[in-house]
Amino acid sequence: MALLSNTAVVLGKELRTEFRSRELLTTTVVFILMVVVLFSFTFDPTTTESRRFGPGLLWLAFLFAASLMLQPCFLREQNNDTLSALRLSVSAPFAIFLAKLIANTFFLLLTEILMLPVFAILYNVHILSVIPQLVLVFFLGSLGVAIPGTAFSAISAQARMRELLLPLLLLPLLTPVLIASTEATAALLDLNPELRRDWLGFLAGFDVVFLTALWLFGEYLLEE
Amino acid sequence: MAKRAILGFLTLSLVVAAAFASFYVVPMERTMGPIQRIFYFHAASAWAGMTAFMICFVGNLLYVLRRQQKWDWLGVSAAEVGLAFTTIVLITGPIWARPVWGIWWTWDWRLTSTFVMWLLYISYLLLRTLIEEPDRRALLSALFGIFAFLDVPLVYFSIRWWRTQHPQPVVMGGPGSGLEPTMRKVFFFSVLAMHLLMILLLSERYKLEKMGGEVEDLRREAEA
Amino acid sequence: MTAPAFSPTGIRFENIEKRYGGLYALRRVSLEIAAGECAVFAGRNGSGKTTLLRVASRLARPSYGKVSYLNGSAETSEVPAATGFVAHATMVYDELTAEENLLLFAKLQGIADPALRTETLLGEVGLLERRSSLVRTFSRGMRQRVAIARALLNEPSVLLLDEPATGLDPQGITWLAESLRKMRDAGRTILMSLHGESEISALATRAVRLDAGAVVADTTAGASLRSILTFAGA
Repeated sequence: MALLSNTAVVLGKELRTEFRSRELLTTTVVFILMVVVLFSFTFDPTTTESRRFGPGLLWLAFLFAASLMLQPCFLREQNNDTLSALRLSVSAPFAIFLAKLIANTFFLLLTEILMLPVFAILYNVHILSVIPQLVLVFFLGSLGVAIPGTAFSAISAQARMRELLLPLLLLPLLTPVLIASTEATAALLDLNPELRRDWLGFLAGFDVVFLTALWLFGEYLLEE
Repeated sequence: MAKRAILGFLTLSLVVAAAFASFYVVPMERTMGPIQRIFYFHAASAWAGMTAFMICFVGNLLYVLRRQQKWDWLGVSAAEVGLAFTTIVLITGPIWARPVWGIWWTWDWRLTSTFVMWLLYISYLLLRTLIEEPDRRALLSALFGIFAFLDVPLVYFSIRWWRTQHPQPVVMGGPGSGLEPTMRKVFFFSVLAMHLLMILLLSERYKLEKMGGEVEDLRREAEA
Repeated sequence: MTAPAFSPTGIRFENIEKRYGGLYALRRVSLEIAAGECAVFAGRNGSGKTTLLRVASRLARPSYGKVSYLNGSAETSEVPAATGFVAHATMVYDELTAEENLLLFAKLQGIADPALRTETLLGEVGLLERRSSLVRTFSRGMRQRVAIARALLNEPSVLLLDEPATGLDPQGITWLAESLRKMRDAGRTILMSLHGESEISALATRAVRLDAGAVVADTTAGASLRSILTFAGA
């Protein structure tokens, strides 16, 4: 199927480019670390307090980091007009978006997983027993961030003040993701950890809605 | 010209009549006293704003599919008018809450969702100011508008659900829930009046946008 | 002589209009380029040459009008997969090597045995020894060669070039002219925009002059190639 093979090829390019320079990953991880540290000054990080505020602050940090990390996604393709080369070569234009959003989800997830032990140590929360479930929550949440994020990256690349524009477009829209992910994360960090299938189902629904919208309207985003 | 005058006159009369009805026709509400009368204005504005955003969504869809300027004009006009009504909701909410609860803002689910929706459409308008070329601006903002509107039910649902788990004082109670017959009639009358006002503002704003668009086209042609 | 590995294709532009707001980059341009023609488009900056080429490649969508591709008696509005585009920008990734770039586009285009094709083309453009170097390290001329290799991956029946000689030194221009001659003689349809006379413009079998988005001169209408290329104000 042309869509799948095109996606695999572009995804390969995205991953190879990033792992060669690692600039997105390193800057994003450092950014989240800084936010996590700064947040620690805003309340008393005892275990109970951390359980209350931690998940929300963690997800806020992820959202802010994502709105920075997603900037270069389409901006980079303006160098040398490589976006045109992609558009000319693929048989399925949606593959460009699919590949980029998979790559973005993966990079986000990677930075989040890297930050998890740091967060647990700094804020005194216990995560060992719920790591797989946390990864599931992070995955669905990151997907929720990456899908509209990739779409809006294509929009902001064509506008002025793009550094400020992308967060402006993305953050209000991601309110449901923030709520669902925070609730699911908080439930897992609780004294009696619980996997909130309802919120996870909601996240999955969110992902489906926007993936469908992107599939329907994506090629217009790349139009000239 | 005559049509415009008739619409204007009709709207004005209905709005004045609705205001009169909410002060003098409707009985005093038992628990909250006179401040409750603001409900007719507040809730009716919310409905009118929502209708305006729906019109914006339709305009956005039709622009993407048909690429006729008039849909872009409709979209931006509806967004601005919707935003105006939404602002009224956000202002009358606290005005109501203060005497009843002693606080200006309670983060109740309806007001909070409205606030997020307000932010989404502010972003829509901001995006438009950052793209100069008219066709590009129309297409990209229409695409963002579609994503934003798809998000609105998700925002409402997630915030409401979250609030049922972390309850807070609720502003207003449900519109139409527990409304005594006279109140219900006056409420729907207010909704009608607000919608008429919305249509009036929308058509004026549309005409303005249409003139502006035509002038801009002429200017660009002349400069070339 | 081996049969061409592509099928000769012509292009027809019908009433092509491209507007940006109130600005018309192309005004109802109607033109037909026959299969195998080597057409040169001349004109000042902003005359619409680049836009016409981008519309031909389907990168840009016309505000009005239709582009069709003519293959023998068949006519289609689907851009043939085998269309090569060389723009002013190189359209290759600086962070990848020459080989990686070509492999990427070859795989996307569904070319059978991408590795072999990549190697062949790198050889043809003279970049085999630099195949594993990042494109970032290349000179302008070398990048242009990678761009041309990219455009040729799919044995294009139509080749579109937008001011391809920009930034090339005289050697590079000679090499490019020679490559284009081979392609022209093999029957590929070539559309290119140029600024003036050169070894490359000498290859033309057809020339069209654009001004302010409209066709003002055409060799098929009797104008001479020289006059189109050297119109005062070029």
